[in-house]
Amino acid sequence: MLGYIIRRILAVIPVMAIVAIFVFLLLRLTPGDPAAIIAGDSATPAQLDRIRESLGLSEPLHVQLVTWIGQLFRGDLGTSIISNQPVTRLIGQRIWPTLQIGTLTIILSVLIAVPLGVLAAWRHRTWVDYAVMTFSVLGFSIPVFVIGYIFIKIFAIDLRWLPVQGYSAPSENLQAFFLRAILPCLTLATIYVALIARMTRASMLEVLGEDYVRTARAKGVKERIVLFRHALRNAAVPIMTIIGTGFALLISGVVVTESVFNIPGIGRLTVDAILARDYPVIQAMILLTSAIYVFVNLLIDISYTFFDPRIRY
Amino acid sequence: MAGQPQPTSAMQVVLGAIQLPASFRLGVGPIIAAVVLVLIVLATATAYLYVPHDPMNMNALQRLKGPSETFWLGTDPYGRDLFSRVMIGGQVSLLIGIGAAIVSVFIGLVIGLVSGFFRTADAIIMRIMDALMAIPSILLAIALVALNGPSIWSVIFAITIPEIPRVVRLVRSVVLSAREEPYVEAAIALGSSMSKILWQHLMPNTLAPIIVQGTYICASAILTEAILSFLGAGVSTEIPTWGNIMAEGRMFFQIKPELIFWPGLMLSLCILSINLLGDTARDMLDPRLKKREA
Repeated sequence: MLGYIIRRILAVIPVMAIVAIFVFLLLRLTPGDPAAIIAGDSATPAQLDRIRESLGLSEPLHVQLVTWIGQLFRGDLGTSIISNQPVTRLIGQRIWPTLQIGTLTIILSVLIAVPLGVLAAWRHRTWVDYAVMTFSVLGFSIPVFVIGYIFIKIFAIDLRWLPVQGYSAPSENLQAFFLRAILPCLTLATIYVALIARMTRASMLEVLGEDYVRTARAKGVKERIVLFRHALRNAAVPIMTIIGTGFALLISGVVVTESVFNIPGIGRLTVDAILARDYPVIQAMILLTSAIYVFVNLLIDISYTFFDPRIRY
Repeated sequence: MAGQPQPTSAMQVVLGAIQLPASFRLGVGPIIAAVVLVLIVLATATAYLYVPHDPMNMNALQRLKGPSETFWLGTDPYGRDLFSRVMIGGQVSLLIGIGAAIVSVFIGLVIGLVSGFFRTADAIIMRIMDALMAIPSILLAIALVALNGPSIWSVIFAITIPEIPRVVRLVRSVVLSAREEPYVEAAIALGSSMSKILWQHLMPNTLAPIIVQGTYICASAILTEAILSFLGAGVSTEIPTWGNIMAEGRMFFQIKPELIFWPGLMLSLCILSINLLGDTARDMLDPRLKKREA
């Protein structure tokens, strides 16, 4: 098993290397002068020079690549063109709200989605099943920000139960944090719950037809235990996989949700960077989120060996 | 070429695959979905024939008006007619959805065929695809639009690139199993040209799954267009699209939520019906799945 874990960790290296090279080439291979693209139409020659200087665009391509990889290894993600601050510092200042909302969303989603999926599979072809599936299809079809605005309209404007937008740090006021986190988390969770519930249902349906489930039922094991201990555990691997691949949806959702709810996280940082054409920040965010995605999926792949002892690579 | 019946034309394969299993009955859901989708497509495509106002015509005196006989859904912050804008806006949104689906399916098909058939190319191509899939699609699209400008083609391109790896993987997996079939071996032994083997023998196998995949891409592209516009990285704001109308409505959401809800409703209905039809097509094309569910 240790061998598998080491091999799986090593497999991350080429993926991240290609992502880094890809991000590097994205700017350099775009037709036209990259400095002019970043600076916009109204830029003066002096501004263009400054951008060329700060991104090292006047060097030959291979020199730029070596410099760029070197910087990455030193943890240097470049400097923001707008605020002139190191991008790593900007990210460091903004990452906590995103991590808090993100973690809360994942926990919430799994707690809602897995029981829903199990229920839908258990009550296959009844109204419960159809209701879960309808919700799941709806979750995929409504844009995240529309869901966010619907929640704001219902719970904040009409019912006045929760604040409309904003963020408070949990270290300052835990109650205010939770009150303001509920709507963004529910918004983000919708599509994730839809995805996980759908996969849980499909995976459970497959497992519930197995002989050992019939055996367990026949020997009088309680239905709850049959479902959650016998069946769900065997259905876990595809569910874990979809939690991992669905993580990309969550990252996209964070960018949108933070704008809707005015949360000062890294999603909001990205949107501000888009509007200001702050390319170094956009570039760093692509790298960072890809790294997070790869890391989460690495952890999930390794966790299979604990969920399902039959898996030996 | 004995053994496996050899697919002759692409259309034949698709029709053969669509032949319903005896137990399969089309429910009401897909029929409603198809009707809704046809209505939305017809209504947006012919919108210029019937919309009561010029969707671009600003009128400072008519800002943010409620629904009335002249402005059926009211007006936006610039005094433009919301109904006309939503109907016309659908044109570009649908165009982007269909465009992104066709382009990504075509490029993904070519790369996937090559990757599935040539082992050396496969190793390199799949590593690149793995890396592309690791980049969250919205962020990649944002960067591409930021670099290529806010034109419709640039947005289609930006949505297409992150979708390609998914098509490549699908096509590759089909080719990997199909290339072991006797008729492909026979074609190789007979010395058929490589392009003939890829295009005439292997490609038809991939058609059914990529049609299903294409409908999902179309739905997700329409959704992505809306999100890109909402984030300020979409089609230029002068062109009405569902995403742009909602993005402009943001600031006025508390005063007039309809600015987001009407385009949002059209968009969601459209995506919902495309997704439902995609699910139906998938169940029809893959009877194994249907049996498993039953």
